[in-house]
Amino acid sequence: MAGYEKLLKELLDILKPFAKPGQSLQEQTDLVADLGLDSLRVMKLVVEVEDRFDISIPINILPNIRTIRDFAVQLEQLLGEGH
Amino acid sequence: MGIFDKFQPLAAARRALAEKGVKSINVTMEEIISPTEAVINGRRTILVGTNNYLGLTFDAECIKAACKALQEQGTGTTGSRMANGTFAGHVALERELADFFGCRGAIVFSTGYVANLGMLSALAQPGDVILLDADCHASIYDGCRLGGAEVIRFRHNDVSDLEKRLRRLGERAANALILVEGIYSMLGDRAPLKEIAAVKREYGACLLVDEAHSLGVLGNRGRGLAEEVGVEESVDFIVGTFSKSLGAIGGFAVSNHPELELIRYASRPYIFTASPSPSTIASTRTALQILRTRSDLRRRLWENARKLYQRLTELNFRLGPEVSPIVAVRLSNPEEAVLLWNGLQERGVYVNLVLPPATPDGGALLRCSVSAGHTPEQMERICEAFTSLREKAQTAQTGSTGVYPPTRGGSA
Repeated sequence: MAGYEKLLKELLDILKPFAKPGQSLQEQTDLVADLGLDSLRVMKLVVEVEDRFDISIPINILPNIRTIRDFAVQLEQLLGEGH
Repeated sequence: MGIFDKFQPLAAARRALAEKGVKSINVTMEEIISPTEAVINGRRTILVGTNNYLGLTFDAECIKAACKALQEQGTGTTGSRMANGTFAGHVALERELADFFGCRGAIVFSTGYVANLGMLSALAQPGDVILLDADCHASIYDGCRLGGAEVIRFRHNDVSDLEKRLRRLGERAANALILVEGIYSMLGDRAPLKEIAAVKREYGACLLVDEAHSLGVLGNRGRGLAEEVGVEESVDFIVGTFSKSLGAIGGFAVSNHPELELIRYASRPYIFTASPSPSTIASTRTALQILRTRSDLRRRLWENARKLYQRLTELNFRLGPEVSPIVAVRLSNPEEAVLLWNGLQERGVYVNLVLPPATPDGGALLRCSVSAGHTPEQMERICEAFTSLREKAQTAQTGSTGVYPPTRGGSA
């Protein structure tokens, strides 16, 4: 099971192309309010994360994800459950 | 103001569209002339976006049956299937649908949307897992949400991605429900159902196919994609609608599982809504008989589909990946789509304008759906409208700039 810090680092790496020019990504960065991701880009992000970690992310958990930290926490849980 | 704040982005999107010359993406049909013609904005217009695949909405026998039911049984059932809303016609239609599909049972729902909501919310509940094609219709997503099962998307028409996700589920794969469509409503492409059925069998999962756009369109007998590719035995549930090939409104599910009968008692969208009106049921029963006996309609539909697909390919429009009664012109941005859509309407041709996020890849679509009811003359006029717009754009195109530059046709 990957540690939270390692997951966060990888997630920040995946999210880099989604950031606005000059925008720095933090744990507290809000995917919608700060990055301006619409539903299509959120799904694109989900697919990239699924590929990177070789897991399936149920779409039911997406409403619980607002920030990068939320995403990392959910990811840690999913990887622990073996999706 | 509070609860209305969430609508501000929608209001902004509508303003932006209005600036591009679109008052509304849904038009008003001021007068309906035939299954393929109406008056829109005072102009007689050929309809190329109605899903009226067999053109049965004005069929004389269907209308006669509907009128008779209206006279004899009244305007509505005023009740749920579970209470006072099951008339002899509803039961007869269920029997006829089961017979048509060669299945043990059938359930009639109030709309196609409700059929998916009713089936999925009852079938897949917390603890169950659903694997759905990413391009599935909103009614499928909404049904999943209502049921509360875990929902996992797989890449559109990607069997290896589906297989990978089933493998990840381990033992849970045997309790998974796979959801796909016969023909996808936006691009008109088919599911690779033979391969999906094989994967389904390998993992012991259940498979539900929504044949909304393929009923009456595919298969020797018009039963849809599962019939066309010979995998009906591997499909656990088929869901469909009366509002396309059957020219009315309503939905259904058929299955060989005896438990289908129990779904009536577990399905809130079945229990808590009024049943289809007697006239709707009557015209649907007649339309189903026509679908069963008039294979010439299917032949004519496909002739029209091939003609439009070919002509638009020759015009270098980028289309959906395969010939289908749904011919989707794929455009890279909404401005281009709006320009073309307005141009078509000025030439008396109505197609569906589909803008993000309703499109599969975030682009814009001019979604055409042809009908067996389109005459050769109408087909020619539709093709001419596209040709004249293409020529106009190419004339306007000087050097590297253009209104919509030609793109390669025929591939996704």
